[in-house]
Amino acid sequence: MRSNLRLFLLGGLLVALGLAMLVSGFASSAPDGLNKVAEDHGIAGYAKAHLFENGPLAGYAVKGVGNDRVGTAISGLIGVLVTFGIGLALFALLRAMRPGSGGGKDAAPTRAP
Amino acid sequence: MHIPDGFINAPTSLAAGAAAAGGVGVSLRRAARTLQDRQAPLAGLVAAYIFAVQMLNFPVAAGTSGHLLGGLLAAVLVGPWAGALCVSVVLVVQALLFADGGLSALGLNIVNMALVTAWGGYAVFLLLRRVLPATRASVTAAAGVAAGVSVVLASVAFVVEYAIGGTGGAPVAAVAGAMVGVHTLIGIGEGIITALTVAAVLAVRPDLVHGAADLRTPLVLDAEPSEVAGEVR
Repeated sequence: MRSNLRLFLLGGLLVALGLAMLVSGFASSAPDGLNKVAEDHGIAGYAKAHLFENGPLAGYAVKGVGNDRVGTAISGLIGVLVTFGIGLALFALLRAMRPGSGGGKDAAPTRAP
Repeated sequence: MHIPDGFINAPTSLAAGAAAAGGVGVSLRRAARTLQDRQAPLAGLVAAYIFAVQMLNFPVAAGTSGHLLGGLLAAVLVGPWAGALCVSVVLVVQALLFADGGLSALGLNIVNMALVTAWGGYAVFLLLRRVLPATRASVTAAAGVAAGVSVVLASVAFVVEYAIGGTGGAPVAAVAGAMVGVHTLIGIGEGIITALTVAAVLAVRPDLVHGAADLRTPLVLDAEPSEVAGEVR
């Protein structure tokens, strides 16, 4: 069951990478619902520049990469891996800190007396 | 649906930041207590998957697109507490690395796209599960419908925030009509993507789907005693 779970995770990660790196190139570039409403109702002009608007990955592009497709793919790769890494670490930490009857040691399975 | 800096004034953004911090805190405590061992790595994958699918804007109307929010999807897969955390992780990564969603608006965005969708959407999901027969098809259908509703709930949350501290002076009723209208359409996309994903996971590893835990047959022999022990406080 354990290895099966690893396989599932690996498969899921590959799907996420495929979507973020390949399918993302076909995504609509029209403004999303909120931004369209903001444009239509005179709110959009009040948007302030993002503090990190000049960051290396700002706007899912990559600084120095001219090709949009490639920039989006690299952004997708980095974003999926970073999110996966932070998620894994966060939830592993949460599981380790599981409050029980006296701390992390008791979080381990106690199959036999 | 990422709010940039400047759409909502500072006091309202600050209040939303406090609400988001509180909501994330509650989620951390509850998830630490309830998340099953084998679901911890799944939750990491769910966050990565949501990041990926949020990049896929689909057209919904003339000159308008939408993308998955994912809170309800995460809640059905790993529970509402871990689910809210999954989307929060995505939103933080997007704001810090990709300049997507304002920093001062991070609290607003977490409230709307993580807490409202995961918690509010999951409440709708549970209601639907109660009235539908106890089958996998029902889980998929309930997830799809609840996901669609969750997007509308998130758009209503924005309207409330705009009514309290919005800039630009647009009439709230007009913003409300436009927001709910377009997000009803986006919600259809959210529902389809969510139903497809839940159906796929149910087909491969039904034991991993939190929202279908009641369907687990007693034939499953590898139930971990720790999971049971973890529930007893």
